[in-house]
Amino acid sequence: MNPLSFQFLSTVRLGVKSLMLHKLRSVLTMLGIIFGVCSVIAMLAIGEGASYAAQEEIKKLGSENIILRSLKPPDDAKLAGLGRGGALDYGLTYQDGARIQATIPGVRRVLPARIVRENVIFGPNSIPCQVIGTLPFYPEIVGLEVVRGRFLTETDERNTDNVCVLTVGLAQRLFPYQDPLDHSVKVDAFYYRVVGLVRERNLPEHRTQQAAMEGEPLDNNVYIPLATARTRFGEVLVRRSAGGFEAEKVELHELRVQMKSTESVETADPQIKTLLNRFHSKNDYEIIVPLQLLRQAERTKRIFNVVLGSIAAISLLVGGIGIMNIMLATVTERTREIGIRRALGAKRRDITLQFLVETVVLSVGGGLIGVALGIVTPLVVSSLTDMKTIVTLWSVLVAFGISGAVGIVFGLYPAKAAAQLDPIEALRHE
Amino acid sequence: MSTAPHPPEAIIRFVGIEKRYDLGGEAEVRALRGVDLTVNPGSYVAIMGPSGSGKSTMLNLIGCLDRPTAGSYFLGGTDVSRMPDDELSEARGRMIGFIFQSYNLIAQLTVIENIQVPLLYQGQDTRNFEEHCVKLAELVGLGDRLHHRPNQLSGGQQQRVAIARSLVNDPLLILADEPTGNLDSRTGREVLDLIDRLNVAGKTIVLVTHDDKVATRAHRVLHMKDGLIEREVLNRPLPRTNGEPAVPA
Ligand SMILES: Nc1ncnc2c1ncn2[C@@H]1O[C@H](COP(=O)(O)OP(=O)(O)OP(=O)(O)O)[C@@H](O)[C@H]1O
Ligand SMILES: [Mg+2]
Repeated sequence: MNPLSFQFLSTVRLGVKSLMLHKLRSVLTMLGIIFGVCSVIAMLAIGEGASYAAQEEIKKLGSENIILRSLKPPDDAKLAGLGRGGALDYGLTYQDGARIQATIPGVRRVLPARIVRENVIFGPNSIPCQVIGTLPFYPEIVGLEVVRGRFLTETDERNTDNVCVLTVGLAQRLFPYQDPLDHSVKVDAFYYRVVGLVRERNLPEHRTQQAAMEGEPLDNNVYIPLATARTRFGEVLVRRSAGGFEAEKVELHELRVQMKSTESVETADPQIKTLLNRFHSKNDYEIIVPLQLLRQAERTKRIFNVVLGSIAAISLLVGGIGIMNIMLATVTERTREIGIRRALGAKRRDITLQFLVETVVLSVGGGLIGVALGIVTPLVVSSLTDMKTIVTLWSVLVAFGISGAVGIVFGLYPAKAAAQLDPIEALRHE
Repeated sequence: MSTAPHPPEAIIRFVGIEKRYDLGGEAEVRALRGVDLTVNPGSYVAIMGPSGSGKSTMLNLIGCLDRPTAGSYFLGGTDVSRMPDDELSEARGRMIGFIFQSYNLIAQLTVIENIQVPLLYQGQDTRNFEEHCVKLAELVGLGDRLHHRPNQLSGGQQQRVAIARSLVNDPLLILADEPTGNLDSRTGREVLDLIDRLNVAGKTIVLVTHDDKVATRAHRVLHMKDGLIEREVLNRPLPRTNGEPAVPA
């Protein structure tokens, strides 16, 4: 070890020793920094976790997709939509899908879906579910995983076959003891042969508005060919509501437009709106662009980080002032020691260094404890709640770096004050 | 370095040293009013005089803790009266050992650590001086107290630690401001005996005291009054001026 680093080490040792003389005081002084650093890391971890969860959710929707959903028009527009037999006629149509496919540039394919709420029955078991009529490439766009058997095929679609695919959760409830494959389940008045089991990766997106409001279990889905859905259920759906029965005529509940690339999403979005508005006089659909949601989520996260950063800066500032206050008191208290050291040959900068090192030891020590607590706190939070937390390396480094900087900035003045003391005056100090 | 005309053997040379304290406004204290003094290596000088006569002021100036308002001070041939603060610190650390009335040990350090403090500021690696410091502690009779803290020692023991500390840099000059002021007469005598031995071993001693008995141990006694050396008494012959001890150690 070279003499310089040895000297520095002994200065640090001396600093620690002096701080150990007043353990309680040193710990209290560190608290400001401890809480500051801890809260920065913990808050950022919670924020990061929340936004990560949101972003994952959005990413699952597919950043190259544009999702259109039928929406019951607002009340005042309802009367206008009353068609034959008093059924409310609204929503997306097969025509819409065909037009988008034909006219919007960059569209890869359009996935239509009808979503009907019904009970699915096997033997004595009857379970409320969503019957989703759709096309064979549904799993690729939505992110379904075929667990057993197969998904719907072109042949099923062409022949309007009575086949269905169940989500795993539903199958387990419906068939507690048997193998569901090749058994038939009953929906409404018809029987459908189970050909496959799937697991959904992004559940919430499949809940129709009603299902969400009624609080149905999430993964009770029965997939049937779109053509089959059309013939078996017809266009007019009757559903019970608070006011009695309500009839709706909805061709399609959902259209997923998959673009060839992420880049074309943003140009296609307004084009689709313009196209649809020509054929939809009322506001009976919504358009969801996951890519925009993603950008929005990122913006929100940035703002969140700035706000957290400011809170953190303030708490560290307060911590720094606390340290400075104590160090000033320490300098006064140790005036005589300063005089002795000066008489024994200490230069001003030796004294400055001594007190600066003490301050930095305080703040960096506080910083280290803060980092430890800041890493543990999110773990505790996510084990007590179902919040996801992510401690990022940069938040740890930044928080720790700031704590060190606080030590230097707020330690400099007391240390300089100590060094400026006149040796004789200092020696005379009681 | 200075080329001022002075006998090369003088360790301290004061030429017309003045120290004034400005108390603001018209008020001014003239603590020293043009002191001339030459101290040769190996001599033992006692300073006496009534309170407020300027004894401590003079000792502080000799110890480079302060700078004179006027006049020149040559320490070992170097003019230190206008030196910048850092160089003064350097000079103190290298050439001067202090013994204070109130011991002035650092409370949070052990005996051995206190003895090592001056080395630290010389940029020395204290590990290389472990043995040296232990020897000094043994010299002052505290070889068995190395790891005690000052508050675990008696006054006399603390003062002996201070003496060991003053020796660690092998200084030219040892300055003591009423070193026995806080001690009972017997312990005081032991401390003074120790100082005598240092002088015999060749160290130059300047000591401030109120006690005639203490002063009789010195070669020269300077009597101060109102910021001037009023008279000087020679107790016994000064050692030879080449710095060799008068009596072999
Ligand atoms: N920092 C100062 N500011 C103003 N006056 C001072 C200061 N230091 C010393 N003096 C004055 O200088 C004079 C000499 O003081 P000094 O301390 O040298 O006396 P002394 O001979 O050591 O006295 P004592 O025997 O009581 O210690 C005194 O009048 C004192 O009031
Ligand atoms: Mg005095």
